[in-house]
Parts: sequence; C-alpha cells; structure tokens
Amino acid sequence: MDKPVNQKAWFLVLPVVLLVAFSAVIPLMTVVNYSVQDTFGNNEFFWAGLEWFDDLLHSDRFHEALWRQFLFSGIILLLEIPLGIAIALAMPRRGWTVPLCLVTMSLPLLIPWNAVGTIWQVFGRGDIGLLGHTLGQLGVDFNYTSDALDAWIIIVVMDVWHWTSLVVLLCYAGLRSIPDAFYQAARIDGAGRWAVFRYIQLPKMHRVLLIAVLLRFMDSFMIYTEPFVVTGGGPGNSTTFLSIDLVKMAIGQFDLGPAAAMSLVYFLIILLLSWIFYTVMTNAGRDRKARAHAAESIP
Amino acid sequence: MSAADNTLSIGTTAARPRRPLRVKWIVPALYILFLLLPIYWLVLMSLKTNTEITTTFTLWPNELTFANYAVIFNDASWYSGYINSTIYVAINTVISLSVALPAAYAFSRYRFLGDKHLFFWLLTNRMAPPAVFALPFFQLYSAVGLFDTHIAVALAHCLFNVPLAVWILEGFMSGVPKEIDETAYIDGHSFPSFFTRIFIPNIKSGIGVTAFFCFMFSWVELLLARTLTTVNAKPIAATMTRTVSASGIDWGVLAAAGVLTIVPGALVIWFVRNYIAKGFALGRV
Amino acid sequence: MAEIQLRGLAHAYRPNPQGPQDYALKRLDHTWRSGGAYALLGPSGCGKTTLLNIISGLVMPSQGQVLFDGQDVTQLATEKRNIAQVFQFPVIYDTMTVAENLAFPLRNRGLPRAEIEARVRETAAMLDLTATLGDKARGLTADAKQKISLGRGLVRRDVNAILFDEPLTVIDPQLKWQLRTQLKQLHKRFDFTMIYVTHDQTEALSFADQVVVMYEGEVVQMGTPEELFERPAHTFVGYFIGSPGMNVLPAQVEGAVAQVGGQQLQLPRVYRDLPAGARIELGIRPEFVQAGLAEGLAARVERVSDIGRYKVAKLSLGALPLNAVLPEDMQLDGDETRIAFDPAHLHLYVDGRIVSGEGR
Repeated sequence: MDKPVNQKAWFLVLPVVLLVAFSAVIPLMTVVNYSVQDTFGNNEFFWAGLEWFDDLLHSDRFHEALWRQFLFSGIILLLEIPLGIAIALAMPRRGWTVPLCLVTMSLPLLIPWNAVGTIWQVFGRGDIGLLGHTLGQLGVDFNYTSDALDAWIIIVVMDVWHWTSLVVLLCYAGLRSIPDAFYQAARIDGAGRWAVFRYIQLPKMHRVLLIAVLLRFMDSFMIYTEPFVVTGGGPGNSTTFLSIDLVKMAIGQFDLGPAAAMSLVYFLIILLLSWIFYTVMTNAGRDRKARAHAAESIP
Repeated sequence: MSAADNTLSIGTTAARPRRPLRVKWIVPALYILFLLLPIYWLVLMSLKTNTEITTTFTLWPNELTFANYAVIFNDASWYSGYINSTIYVAINTVISLSVALPAAYAFSRYRFLGDKHLFFWLLTNRMAPPAVFALPFFQLYSAVGLFDTHIAVALAHCLFNVPLAVWILEGFMSGVPKEIDETAYIDGHSFPSFFTRIFIPNIKSGIGVTAFFCFMFSWVELLLARTLTTVNAKPIAATMTRTVSASGIDWGVLAAAGVLTIVPGALVIWFVRNYIAKGFALGRV
Repeated sequence: MAEIQLRGLAHAYRPNPQGPQDYALKRLDHTWRSGGAYALLGPSGCGKTTLLNIISGLVMPSQGQVLFDGQDVTQLATEKRNIAQVFQFPVIYDTMTVAENLAFPLRNRGLPRAEIEARVRETAAMLDLTATLGDKARGLTADAKQKISLGRGLVRRDVNAILFDEPLTVIDPQLKWQLRTQLKQLHKRFDFTMIYVTHDQTEALSFADQVVVMYEGEVVQMGTPEELFERPAHTFVGYFIGSPGMNVLPAQVEGAVAQVGGQQLQLPRVYRDLPAGARIELGIRPEFVQAGLAEGLAARVERVSDIGRYKVAKLSLGALPLNAVLPEDMQLDGDETRIAFDPAHLHLYVDGRIVSGEGR
C-alpha cells in the first residue's frame, strides 16, 4: 500500500468528524460530566470526584452484571462462530436452493429487536408457546420466568436464532470467493477433507471471520432489547446484563451519577476488548505479510 | 472470461458422480427449520382467536380468523409507525451515505495526519452501547428542540451507521484500482466531477450494500428510537406495546402486530436476494 | 510416465444430450505417447479444458474410456491417477511456506519425513526455488507461484503426466518466455508426458512436438507444427494458425477446374463426385500466393502493409478478399496485379474438411 500523503484529505473526512462529534462526543461529554457529579434533584449538581467510579468498581451488582455479560458473550461466540462456519460449509454452492437459503437465513436479521423478543417470549411459554408446550409434553419442566437456567437457555437460543445467520452469510461470502481450481488442485494433491478446510477454506475466511467475531462480540456485549422483552432481566437478576442494568439505573432509578460512571467503564471495556480481538486476529495475517515482504526484498 | 466460465461449469458436474450419497443438505435444512418455526408460530397465532390460543394447542388454526389484523387496521394510527420508521430510516441512510462516501474515499486513497487514529476512533462509535447514549441523547435533543422528530432518531442512528458505512465503503473503494483516478484527472475531470460521474458508478454495488446495512441496523434498533420519540415520530414497535391492556395481553393482536413488523424487512430481503452473498463479503474478501 | 489412450471419449454437460450441439466434447479416439509434449490448441470454449479435466479425472466423461499404459482409469478418482495439473491462475496454499507447499502432496500420501525433505530440496533446485523455500508463498510473484504449482507435480516421482491449463496467462510477457524455456528444458531432462492447453498459437507451436487443434468440441487436426502449417486438415486450422491465416475462398469445382471470384483456375489435382450442396472452398496460405506476375488471375490491390521482414498485401479476387505475403523488397505497381497459387499448397475443403484429389 503506497498511498500518497495528502493533508487536504481532511476536508473529505470533515463532515464525518463533525457529525460524529455532534452525535457521539457531545453526549459522551454529558456522560463524563454526570459521572463526576452528584445531585439531590432540582437540577443542582455538585462535584463528586471519582466517587461514583470508586463505588462502581467495588459494587457487587456491577461485578455480577459484568460477569454475566462476559459469560453471555463467551457462550454466544463459542456457539455462533463454529455453528456459522459449519452451516456455511454445508450450504449449496449453486442452484435454486442458494437464494432460498440466503433469503430465509437473512430473515431474522431484519426483524426489529423487540419483535425478536416477543417471538421468543411467546414461543417459549409453557401454556401457549410451541417450544415450551412441547418440552412440557416431553416431561421437561421448562419455565423461563422462574428458573434462571431456563431463562439463560432461552436467551442464548434466541440469540443463536437471531444472529448465527450473520456469521453464516459472512463465511459463505468468503467461501464463494474460492475458485474451483483450488478444490481441483487439492484433489490432485490428494488432500483430505480436513486439509481442504485447514489450508484452503479457513485462510479464505480469515478476513470475514474477523468481521464476524468483532460484530458478534460487540453486539452481544451491548445486548439489551431482546432479553429485556423476554425476561426483563429476571428471574431475580439472573439475566440482567450490563445494558439492562444501566437502563434500570439511569431511567428507572434516575441515578445519573452512578449510571454515567457505569456507562464509561462499560464503553471502555468494549473498546479494550474489541481492540484486543482486532490486534490478535490481524496480527497473524500481518506477520505473514511482513515476512513475505521481507522475503521479496531479499534477491 | 469464457475460460473461467468453463471451469465453473465443470466444477458443478465434475463433483457429482464420484461422491457418495450426500447428506450435507441436512445441516442447512435443519437450520432453516429452526429459523422458521418461531416465525411460523407467530403467524399461526395471529390467525387464531384468543380463546383458541389460550385453551387449545393446535398446529393449524381450527377457526381461521383475520380479526386480529382487523383490530390493528381499524386503529387509524396503526400505519403511522410504519411511516415514521420508514422516514427516519431513509433519512439516516441518506445522511450516512453522503458523509461516509467522501470520508471513505479519503481513507482508501490518502495518508494524512492522524488517519489511522481517526479511523479507529470512528469504529469505536460502532462499539458504543446504545444504552450508554440513551439518556444523553434524550437530553441533547430535548435541548436543541429536536425531541420527537424523525431527524433526531436519524441523527442518533448515525452513531453506529456512519462508522459502519465508512468501514464498508472503504473496503469497496480499496478494491477500485487507483489508475481510474489518475486517468480521470489526466482526462481533465475536476474532483467533484470525477467523484460523481466516474468513481461512484464504479462502486455502485458497494453503495447498495452499505445502504442495505444502514437500513438493517436503523430498522431493527429500538432502544434509541423509542427513547427519542413520544407521539409524532414513534417507531413501528409502538403497535406492539399497544396490545397490553388492563385485561391482560391480547395475544392474537400482539402476534398480528409482530407479523406486521416482520413484513417490511422480509420485502427488502426479497428485493436484494441476488446481492446478499456478495454484499455480506463487504468487499473485503 | 505413461502412455495415455482415449477410447471413444465424448462428454456432454447435460444429462441427456439430444444432438451433437449438446456435446462439449465430441467422440474422439486418441493416443498420447509416453514422454511426448503435446499442445491442445483452440479458441475459448472449444472443449480443450474439458478434455484436460477428463484426463485428470476432475470430469467424468459421458462416454468412452481413459487408459493409462493400457489400464482403464475412467472410474478412478483424481488423487489415484497420479496426475499433476497446473492451472490458469496460480493455485498455492497461502498460509504455507514454499517448502510446505511442495511437501503437501507427499505429506497427504504419508511419505516418511526424511524422504519428503530430500525430494522437496531436489524439486526446489530444479525450479530455482531453493532461496525462497522458507518464505510464505502468499507474497510471491505470479511466476514463482506457477513454479510452485508445477513443483507440487514434479515432487511426486510417480506422476503419469503433467497437465497445463493455460499456465502462462497471468505471467508478464518477458517472464513468459523464460518460464517456457525452463519448462522445455525440464521436459527434455525428465521426459514426462506433458499436455499443454493454450489458445496462443506461438506458445503451442514453439513448445510441443505434437499440436492438437480443437474446434467446437472436436479434434480437427493433430500433427507437428509443420504439418499444421503446410497441410491444414480443416479450414479452421488454416486460419487459426499462421499470421495472417490461410485464405479460404468459396469456389465451384468441376474435375480439375475451379471457378473462383468470377475467374477460372486450373487445379493441380482432379476432384470427382463432390457432394452437391456442400460448401466447397479453396485454401491457400498467404505465403504461397505469388503476386506481381505477368499472367495469372487478375486481382485488385487494396493495400500493402510493411511488417518488417515481409509485406502483407490485401488483395481482392473479384469480390473475395485475399492476403498475400510479399518479400520485403517487392513493389506492387498500380491497382491491378496478376497472381498465382503455389499448386503444392493449394488445398480443397468440403464443408471445412480437406479433400485429397487424384493426381492428373
């Protein structure tokens, strides 16, 4: 990549900078402002320093929500990424079934999030839902409103239902970019199924997988609407994730100071983790490139 | 070109005879079944009477009824949710694309002071939880008098759509050879004329994909949309909350409202069905 | 290395071919000598890639058999046929080093580590790849990548044949020449059966001892480059090979007399019983058209262009366009000239195929 240096390019990015400044920086400043102040109502604020941060970092409520959030994102990534790859590998590559698969698989992605919640809220109910009722008939005591494990199961299954397709579609796009000659060469070289996956398909999916992991991590870490509709964070606090807790605090209890402090910590955690993911996943690729470049420059 | 086509067609027929019975299709088939079952159940419920929903358990309505839909359609304001959602989604898509296009061009073609930091900073906004921004947005837009307007929701959704648009477009633009730019300048095009007449047509598909993603994320997001609206710009979700009354939840109407919120997304997918696979590659494969 | 025999081979991509138009490859019988260098030449879509893929086992023929050294391999899977193939676009395993790429076919076949290493070194030395053995294959140039593809074939001692599917398409012109020379040397040294698909006549003619010309799913001629030039078996071979291609002139022929472009021409041989209603054409290469004569057929001179060592004159014989190659120092004066055809190289074609006449 030998892009010319041109400072005038700043004029091209200026609109974006201004817009994002308006829609992100100003609100973020408000949050920062709240996070260091306290109020007794009447719009009177006074300086509270880092008290809220101190409270937050020592609060069990925050630790628990954070732990639940990590657990949830971890489960989601462990389930959706391998499942998405497997489905993409098994998808037809040609013929009339291709658009059929693509259309039905994209469907959940375009459903408003509270409708996703509603669908699963109904689907899982023991009295009127297909899933809940069928499980009941089979003798499984499934009740997501009273049992914490059941609540987790339904939320995880719902997220798999909702978002696995994104991973599938990304991987499928990566697989489609592999020319037939690669598969033919692999057969001539006597490569088995695993070798084809490991040395042809996986390398081609590398970039899209990075996107998939990042998007799935960020979005699962920010999840709010769907679990809120299904369980409302319950039973108890068992499915209260960070966003749900935050909204409860900010809008429900109007605890602006603690909510703002939590917002900032929350945001920083996502930033840090996304950055780690990004660096780790691109580093492998960059290493290879750097070495190849070095090799080229040696005659 | 035709040599490539040749190999392509060869692949299809070549693989078939030697492989044993293929059961590979079962995996996507089961997955699609899993995807469609909950939706089927919702559609089914919307066609049943409330008595049937709560008292019996049937896989097909005993008494097919459209009464639930009639309830929604008879409410004079039911469609305002659709219109409001469509308006703010459209405004958001236009804003996102028009600011992201020049920025993505700058990132894909030039190096400038702070470019990498700026790019990462933009992406961080995609990582910002909407919940973090809900309250500040509410206060900000109230302060500037934009509360409960379409433009407020559209601007709020720019928070995550603009970074995404820049990211996707940058990928597509990097795939366009630089020689195109150089040739255009030699031919005497000015930057605006080159950009609009030559460059944009070259990344049509990228723009389409970006628009689709902007639509998708703006359409499905409701936390911010509901926080920033009360009456005039209330999103499509409004129809669903209306089904809860003092006498409990009207399941049939809730299901009908749910089905109606799925329809627009399904229509959009149908129209872009031939571009989905390419689109999800984000120009980065 | 093996002798490859094709018996009654035909292929259609549709399941139930109705007529000849459905066949990508029309029935053919053919033998490729062990250790021979063959070029499959023809325009895009003529079936040459299909034929290649049938030999390598990537495509199952609808009819007929493929035999390696007399053994029927038609039903045998690609990996069991011991074939190597180099594709149009370099196929390399991105994440592996050059050495790992070369070792890949051997590792898949479970060879002992020490032997793999020795063979990889030897192959790399043959292809001048020793210096890059430890590098990732991803960043290499296109010609190096094609060498690796070839190396994955050469590293296997037991290959029956190496197939090339337009392997030089993505290579820079000056490197093309180099790579072709290297390939020829390797062939001389190791004597492997080599089948080389191309649509470039220079590539085919300079490379192979036998050139197989294909057209619309059919082998129209197989022969040495000289044979293709001097006696094209099909009008297609005539104008596909040679620059400019052979002149093909519609004519009426009675015995040894032809009417062409409104003039009468005495033929060197007698042609009897030509089928009625068939397309009758005379074929004569521009190299064998003499112009500026005192007598002969009358032709108009349209244009003469100088191409360096010779000139090409565009003439017209009545309404028929005609090319003639003139020596560099020859001038054509005026608009009219008299021309003659070298009788030894004047051929008659019926529906595109050459017909031998009887001596007079």
